[in-house]
Amino acid sequence: MLNRLRQMLIKEFIQLFRDPRARFGLIVPSILQILIYGYAATFELHHVRMAVLDQDHSYESRDLLSRFESNGHFQLTSTLTNWHQISDLIDHGKVTLAIQILPGFSELVRKGQTAPVQVILDGTNSNTALIALGYINEIANDYGQEYALSNLQRTAPAIAVHVPSVELARRPWYNPNLESQWFFVPGTIGSILLTSCLTLASFAIVREREVGTLEQVMVSPISRLEFILGKTIPFFLIAVCQMILIMFIGRLWFQVPFRGSYVLLGIGTTVFLLSILGVALLISTVSGTQQQAMIASFFFIMPAITLSGFSFPISSMPPLMQWLTYLDPLRFYLVIIRDSFLKGVEWGVVWSQIGALAIIATVLLGISVQRFHKSLD
Amino acid sequence: MKLNRLIAITRKEIVQIWRDPRSLLIVFLMPAMLMALMGYGISLDQKNVPTCVFDREGSQQSQDLLKQFQASPYFRIAMVSGDYASLVQAINDGKCSLGLVIPNDFAEQLHKGGTVDVQGIVDATDDNTANLIFGYADAMIAGYSADVQLEYFQSRGHTTVNPPVSVQARTWFNEDLDSSNFIVPGVVVIVMAVIGTFLTSLTVAREWERGTMEQLISTPVTPLEVTVGKLIPYFVLGLVDTAFCEAIAVLWFQVPFRGGIAMMVVASALFLAVVLLLGYWISAATKSQLAASQFSLVLTFLPAFLLSGFAFPIDQMPVAVQAITYLTPARYYLSLVKIIFLKGPGLGPLIPQLFALALFATIIGRMALRSFRKTL
Repeated sequence: MLNRLRQMLIKEFIQLFRDPRARFGLIVPSILQILIYGYAATFELHHVRMAVLDQDHSYESRDLLSRFESNGHFQLTSTLTNWHQISDLIDHGKVTLAIQILPGFSELVRKGQTAPVQVILDGTNSNTALIALGYINEIANDYGQEYALSNLQRTAPAIAVHVPSVELARRPWYNPNLESQWFFVPGTIGSILLTSCLTLASFAIVREREVGTLEQVMVSPISRLEFILGKTIPFFLIAVCQMILIMFIGRLWFQVPFRGSYVLLGIGTTVFLLSILGVALLISTVSGTQQQAMIASFFFIMPAITLSGFSFPISSMPPLMQWLTYLDPLRFYLVIIRDSFLKGVEWGVVWSQIGALAIIATVLLGISVQRFHKSLD
Repeated sequence: MKLNRLIAITRKEIVQIWRDPRSLLIVFLMPAMLMALMGYGISLDQKNVPTCVFDREGSQQSQDLLKQFQASPYFRIAMVSGDYASLVQAINDGKCSLGLVIPNDFAEQLHKGGTVDVQGIVDATDDNTANLIFGYADAMIAGYSADVQLEYFQSRGHTTVNPPVSVQARTWFNEDLDSSNFIVPGVVVIVMAVIGTFLTSLTVAREWERGTMEQLISTPVTPLEVTVGKLIPYFVLGLVDTAFCEAIAVLWFQVPFRGGIAMMVVASALFLAVVLLLGYWISAATKSQLAASQFSLVLTFLPAFLLSGFAFPIDQMPVAVQAITYLTPARYYLSLVKIIFLKGPGLGPLIPQLFALALFATIIGRMALRSFRKTL
């Protein structure tokens, strides 16, 4: 049996690596994806374009505005002279937000009254607007606090000493600088493994069926189990190699820390790939042509990635959809891989994910192997 | 280009599409699935954040603060823990997204005056969610702090001190910062990009693979007639698809539609032309269904998802990546769709994007024709 399996594997590998275009397809898309995701997928705000319209021209207004500029999240791109320019810039998407300080600002502040600061935001990207608004409130609050306190120190020093205030001490665990790359790079490894392993494996079997060589293989002494193993082991190994390659890029190029255990990640990856190979076998039983296989895998990949929490948090989904995510192998794998990279071994958490994946893999492989046997008859 | 030959090619293509009801089904099934999946599944909003509280003091003051969290729609006290270890556990297991630790001398410190820190612990693996949660928590605590100060001043008989500044924010185009208004128009773009390229690249590549393209070429039709004639039915299908997706966006997801329908038709027609020609070019160049479908997915889905500004703001990307986004047709269509949906009438901001799309259509069309001719 081992000998026949070896022959089958040799044939598969020759087929895989014969075509230079296919060789190219094994490596380049994965590298490209990890680079694009690493750089393009970011929710961080470092230079939100901002316009300011200072109609007060006072010390106070300049002080406040300079805080916006030096905060590190905003980038001053235009200094305006009248109100109409604001709508023009925002309509054309030239700036994301505009800050307007009305005449009389400093007068109100000095009198001890509340002076308004007008902020106009482009809400077409609601996430950016929401986070930017958070920063703006924080800056204005800090300014207000400081101003009021220094005022009080002059007028009523005895009271000023004891003014109480409460602050939030932010403790972002595992990702202290809130870097998007740390979130997306490990996730991308999961999504690349899913797409490449699934399409390669399902296409390989369907191609054999479409071209008609499947019958030839079946009349040879190779048993069905050997055929299934011969068709899945190569893609398993390729996926593992791809993973090692992109993990290197993630670690060395993007400098994402790895705090967990390689053994645990290895076990998790193995179980994950088994479940994906189960899906690939299943797809190959329902499709007769490569085109159908392509469409079927697309119908699996899209929901799998959307529901996995890869880029959008599961906790923000409606409850029904949150339930659906439990059918998605990628969902569990992403927890494993993100935990391994950023958190370090949390045995309990990771094992429960591996257990869930193992259940999915067993069910999928069970069904697909059975169906696959039938489809060969 | 002769009209009757063009009509003949188009008629042949329509017959072919009609005979293959399965792919026709996909034309409508796929958009519906993607719209439902992404329209509901893609959201960054955080509401009812499960919060774990470790109140080391349990005083009147600390309870007041926690009550404010409880009353807020953004937080939900999911767990009250008696020790630090169980709070750590709750965060690591993902049971709670925010851990609040109130120091054991909270009331005393407040009484003495000065700044008291309340620790907010968030699992920041997902940096964006962490950032949003911190923002909300900050606002809650700032509000509580202001209350405490007011009380303090009143107790000292000091005239109340008004906060010197207040931010009056107005959000244009998406007043409630509803994330479905931001995501759903983008989903329309992704769906169109994928469907358009997918459709042509598969059907045209099939013709090459089966050798029927040679038969077509041996007839008196010119390459231009073949190209235009073959694309017309897909173009019409694509336009129907766009209308279908936009109807879902407006009627189901309640996204406002403030611009003109005519403008939307023009923009969509231009984008469809780009995508269909791209698919045609890919299939003429690769001549294999597998390669064509792989290429078209990599060249349409990934850029439409990542580089168009669909979810990730372009102006926050590194400069080199920003430069690449200019080569992504979806970028222009997305900004058109967002303007037409959310911003409304006014031709000014639309013109450069329309022009860019027209330019793409011309260039890609020429490339497609050339690689088609070369193969003759």
